[in-house]
Amino acid sequence: MASYDFLFEGLGLGEWCDRDASPGPMSMADLLARGAGGQAEKTWTQSLWDLPFPSLDALNQACPAIARSRDLTRGLEQSFLNVRDPLRVVLDPITQPLSWALENALHVFTATPWWIMLPLLLLLVWVASRSWALMGFVGGALAFLLFVDHYTFAMQTMSIIFVCAFLCVLFGVPIGIAMSRSDTMQRLTIPVLDMLQTLPTFVYLIPLIFLFSVTEPKLYGIAIILYAIVPVIRLTDLGIRLVDKDVIEAAEAFGMTRHQKLVRVQIPLALPNIMAGVNQTIMMSLAMVVIASLVSAPGLGVLVLRGIRNLELGVGLMAGLGIVLLAIILDRVTKAALARVNAAASVPRH
Amino acid sequence: MDRNASISIRHLYKIFGPQPQKALEHVRAGMGKTELMARHRHVLGLRDINVEMKAGEITVIMGLSGSGKSTLIRHVNRLIEPTAGEIMIDGENILAFGETRLRDLRRRHMSMVFQHFALLPHKTVLDNAGMARAVRGDDRSTYERDARAWLERVGLGGQEDQYPHQLSGGMQQRVGIARALTSNAPIMLMDEAFSALDPLIRTDMQDLLLELQQELQKTIVFISHDLDEALKLADHLVILKDGIVVQQGEPQEILLNPNDPYIVDFISDINRARVLRVRSVMDAATDPPAQTAGKVDADATLESVIALSAGDTTLSYEVHRAGAQVGYLNMQKLVRALVPTQASQNGMRNSTRRDPD
Repeated sequence: MASYDFLFEGLGLGEWCDRDASPGPMSMADLLARGAGGQAEKTWTQSLWDLPFPSLDALNQACPAIARSRDLTRGLEQSFLNVRDPLRVVLDPITQPLSWALENALHVFTATPWWIMLPLLLLLVWVASRSWALMGFVGGALAFLLFVDHYTFAMQTMSIIFVCAFLCVLFGVPIGIAMSRSDTMQRLTIPVLDMLQTLPTFVYLIPLIFLFSVTEPKLYGIAIILYAIVPVIRLTDLGIRLVDKDVIEAAEAFGMTRHQKLVRVQIPLALPNIMAGVNQTIMMSLAMVVIASLVSAPGLGVLVLRGIRNLELGVGLMAGLGIVLLAIILDRVTKAALARVNAAASVPRH
Repeated sequence: MDRNASISIRHLYKIFGPQPQKALEHVRAGMGKTELMARHRHVLGLRDINVEMKAGEITVIMGLSGSGKSTLIRHVNRLIEPTAGEIMIDGENILAFGETRLRDLRRRHMSMVFQHFALLPHKTVLDNAGMARAVRGDDRSTYERDARAWLERVGLGGQEDQYPHQLSGGMQQRVGIARALTSNAPIMLMDEAFSALDPLIRTDMQDLLLELQQELQKTIVFISHDLDEALKLADHLVILKDGIVVQQGEPQEILLNPNDPYIVDFISDINRARVLRVRSVMDAATDPPAQTAGKVDADATLESVIALSAGDTTLSYEVHRAGAQVGYLNMQKLVRALVPTQASQNGMRNSTRRDPD
């Protein structure tokens, strides 16, 4: 006896229900009830108060032909497993370069001796920011990481961020440009971006684990790129759409082609916004690379994970400090580059 | 198209809205702007515009905001597509042009100056001035000299390497004009080019434009909401109201014979003595008065003649143009011309009020 018996009997479907009945996996609650031995089934006092919502489970009790909720999740899993192999045939070769890029970057960053790497990074900071103070700070922070023997981990994290952020910009900027040019494209892309941005970071990893082997670097590479590409796309689109309409009109009045308009007007004027997007993308890559240590991404995240797993408080805190230092370095350097772009390009004019 | 291009606009209509062609039928059947908006949710931008813009002249299109003047000028280079009508430039209908020809037209035969300058903020003054030529694909070395020369000519010599934001509004607009001149196009479209500038600088820029025009003889289409500016610059004045041409012609003619209460209202506040010229109020050379007090030029303003006569209304002057005597000017007639007679006689000034827009 179940709450919704009346429904199926009323519809004359009783026979159909029983014919297709399948036992299906048993829930723990059922098992316990059976184990208790006693006939748990009480006489149903059908009061309106006890009427459950007609959920899958409740309907299943009345009509076994209807699937239960746990059949649904199992079906989801099964269908995912079914498409996995054909999907892999397509995705594996496409994403293979990502694995190579990550492996090589990891190798280059960690194998290069510190006394070459350090000046190179400082040079990069100088080129981006033209600030002695910032260069001094970065030098100090990296020296500290070297001093406490976190340098290799930090470089691993850094190399992953370099590769992933670069790819985010490489794909994100063109996508953003396409969005800014077509309202349809924008309408179609925004829900995807919203989903990527709101999906809990751990959830990214679940389907990827099924698709790729945990030993492959592209697994975490894809997770990081998917998570971090959103701001650069959004801000490229926004930046180009915000370009002064008067200037666009002037470009058209002087006969610029679409391509000339894009290269000579829209991208230069949107550059401050695009750079802000790049800054956000780098910061989000850093956030994700820590979580990606769950799926074997090397770097400081591994130490944090160790701190949590083994309750090694000091290890976790120290790695956390390293991550904070990296975050400050990346943020300050990209912001300084952004400020230089701002000074050159977008200054209030009217 | 040669150096001097004439523009003629014929039966031009522009209706904004989702179904302009359908709305056009209503407009052609005589429906007005307000009714079209209320009944069919379409905005009547321009209605049956017919304007001939002669080569080498400044045509000023004047009207208050919402009169459709900015819409009209954007039809000349097709930044806005018309709903119906023809736009002929040197006898060719530019509405039939494909994308490539239209781009070529914009690149080589037209330049535009904007109200808010619309300079590229990330380029130097020199690069901005050379923009039109760079867009055309000209080599930098070929246009840089021209750009420098025009910047020098508009008074920006030595500022070539600055960025637009480092300049004042007036100087930015000089860059805008230098950009238009460097393009070397025969047609210059000026969309409220001086409206964003303060009055003294505006006067300077108007003088600069007139001076340049004397030597360049370009076909200029100038948009303005300022009657004084319009009268000062115009060879041909077109007055727009609610997307309709209310009157067009020589500015002096419009001033002396306004044909619409709207224009009477408009011109009632201006200093007629400064705008009207001797040639507009003189008697043609038939009937010489008893004696004349001297000679005046046909293009002199009435103000200068009043100053010359020291206010004596009994005098008459010989009117000369290019050395030849062309007529006589009676001071009493001059004084009468200073009063907007038509308005005072039939009381139009009092019976009509300015439109809310």
